[in-house]
Amino acid sequence: MSLHLQNIDHIVGGVPHISGVDLALEPGSFNVLLGRTLAGKTTLMRLMAGLEPPTRGKVIMDGKDVTNVSVRKRNVSMVYQQFINYPSFTVYDNIASPLKLAKHPKKEIEKRVNEIAEMLHIEHLLHRFPQELSGGQQQRTAMGRALVKDADLILFDEPLVNLDYKLREELRDELRDLFKARNCIAVYATTEPNEALALGGNTAVLHEGKLLQYGPTEQVYREPDSRFSAEMFSEPPINIVPGKLGAGEITFDHKLHFPCDAKLQRLAPGEYDFGVRASHLTLKPQHADDLALEVHVDVAEISGSETFLHVHHERFPLVLHLAGIHQFNVNDPLTVYVPTHQLYAFDNQGHTVHIPTRKGVTAHG
Amino acid sequence: MSYQLENSQRGEKYNTIFSKVTPAQRRNRNARSRWRARLLLGLYLVLMILPIYWLINMSLQTNSEILGSMTLWPQNLTFDNYIGIFTNPSWYMGYVNSMLYVAMNMLITICVALPAAYAFSRYTFIGDKHLFFWLLTNLMAPPAVFLLPYFQLYYSVGLFDTHIAVALAHCLFNIPLAIWILEGFMSSVPKEIDETAYIDGYSFPKFFIKIFIPMIRSGIGVTLFFLFMFSWVELLLARTLTATSAQPIGMIMTRTSTASGIDWGTLAAAGVLTIIPGILVVYFVRNHIAKGFALGRT
Repeated sequence: MSLHLQNIDHIVGGVPHISGVDLALEPGSFNVLLGRTLAGKTTLMRLMAGLEPPTRGKVIMDGKDVTNVSVRKRNVSMVYQQFINYPSFTVYDNIASPLKLAKHPKKEIEKRVNEIAEMLHIEHLLHRFPQELSGGQQQRTAMGRALVKDADLILFDEPLVNLDYKLREELRDELRDLFKARNCIAVYATTEPNEALALGGNTAVLHEGKLLQYGPTEQVYREPDSRFSAEMFSEPPINIVPGKLGAGEITFDHKLHFPCDAKLQRLAPGEYDFGVRASHLTLKPQHADDLALEVHVDVAEISGSETFLHVHHERFPLVLHLAGIHQFNVNDPLTVYVPTHQLYAFDNQGHTVHIPTRKGVTAHG
Repeated sequence: MSYQLENSQRGEKYNTIFSKVTPAQRRNRNARSRWRARLLLGLYLVLMILPIYWLINMSLQTNSEILGSMTLWPQNLTFDNYIGIFTNPSWYMGYVNSMLYVAMNMLITICVALPAAYAFSRYTFIGDKHLFFWLLTNLMAPPAVFLLPYFQLYYSVGLFDTHIAVALAHCLFNIPLAIWILEGFMSSVPKEIDETAYIDGYSFPKFFIKIFIPMIRSGIGVTLFFLFMFSWVELLLARTLTATSAQPIGMIMTRTSTASGIDWGTLAAAGVLTIIPGILVVYFVRNHIAKGFALGRT
């Protein structure tokens, strides 16, 4: 079972929601759709499921054109962000409903529902009604209904957003395991880069209805092919500093000159946007080629056991991602170190022209 | 509820800290205000119930007692008025007729309004909002406007003096009302439920009957209540479109006024019997009625 979206355009009321998306999903793959709100994740999923026909383009499933095949005739299932269950059915009947409609024998239905319920840890709730469950249990019920039938395509539209933090991590881990044994295409939409990284598989980065990049999650993270892709797929977003590449040196903000990496020198001299990951910036010098920058603190955001430190240089702001909890006072002067060998470079069209080499790994292209 | 409780507790605490009133005085004051509230509510209840009590009172009296002197309760209790109604077909058939056309009207209306309300709540089509508004304008026109055309039309197609005639005529007001109420209830059901059902493989009719209707059960109950109430008390159309075989009870009640005077006792008994179905219906939907007035838009 493979799914191929061919040059999909979707226009609603004259506003393009999806433009020119071409995406081929492998059988048995786990795919993450990553993008901010309004990036078109949900729309793309609805097109994949067949809930809406695309304005232009084709949806090919297993070599067959299913563009205009109704959702009832396709073998898909979907889990929504809201907890969608049938309120008048018990949990058991909710999970069993796709099987009952497919006219499976009663014995088999019972067996499969119990299996799925056990996997999702809701076996003791089968006789209850959805309203009597907590949010996490309701979402498990919805997932149970999606997983119980052998769907060719399972779509998760931000299923964990409305759950609390702890439950989210737990369910996310279980979700990966649930799919290991299956030979179906799973598509998972999320706004959080960290979630995409945790889920692994392949990632498609969406922005304003366009597909920016698709590939194995880690590769997309390491080697973003455009500035947008790099910005979407990092939390906090990658720092972008406009600069100029001259003979053997880079100039930031017309003032800061520093010698550049040998690899960067292969680029033609000119104006570039340089990107540096928030987690690569440090408060202590780590390498000989680090560039020291005098900055002032804007705000320190504490997120879990990490600190996002927002600072500004004279012309450009920077974000640092520090492990541990740190306290900073607003407007405190501070020195941050920029590892110059870990700079990404983007040309003025936003394409990636340079990717820093990781230790022990040779860079592609 | 719990919020109110909390607030009153907080108030109590505030009082104990800041006011100079002793606890005994405060208890006194609380008791007084409670009694005042009871008295006012009691008075309201008495005023509300008085006409109905008077009706019941009259229905259990003889005509001579009603006309003779003012009595607060029946001096010679009699059930003759009720017995008279239940033994005379020309009387009790009035109830049967009324119930028949009301039931027909409720059935037709709900069958038409459910799909219509679904369409209004789920689909956008050219002029949907205007159509919805146009339906509501039907409620604004006085029934008298439609009286003559209906009479003429029904007479010429042979529907005159049938139950279905009245049932259809009442649809004019009941269908827009039902669509309006049901649309609110349906719009509060997320669209994703519909889609999930299609993904699971439900056909539309199966989804509608097995999943959707149970979800808006209380909405349908409330709608039926409103339909009943309107159709049951409506007299102008019902009276004009019928002659003998489908005459509503309201029309038959006018028969008590004759050349030899008014039969007060029977009239009162008929009135009491007319209230009872309404009370029954209210009893069944009492838990949903507040939501019904909000039209599902919570």
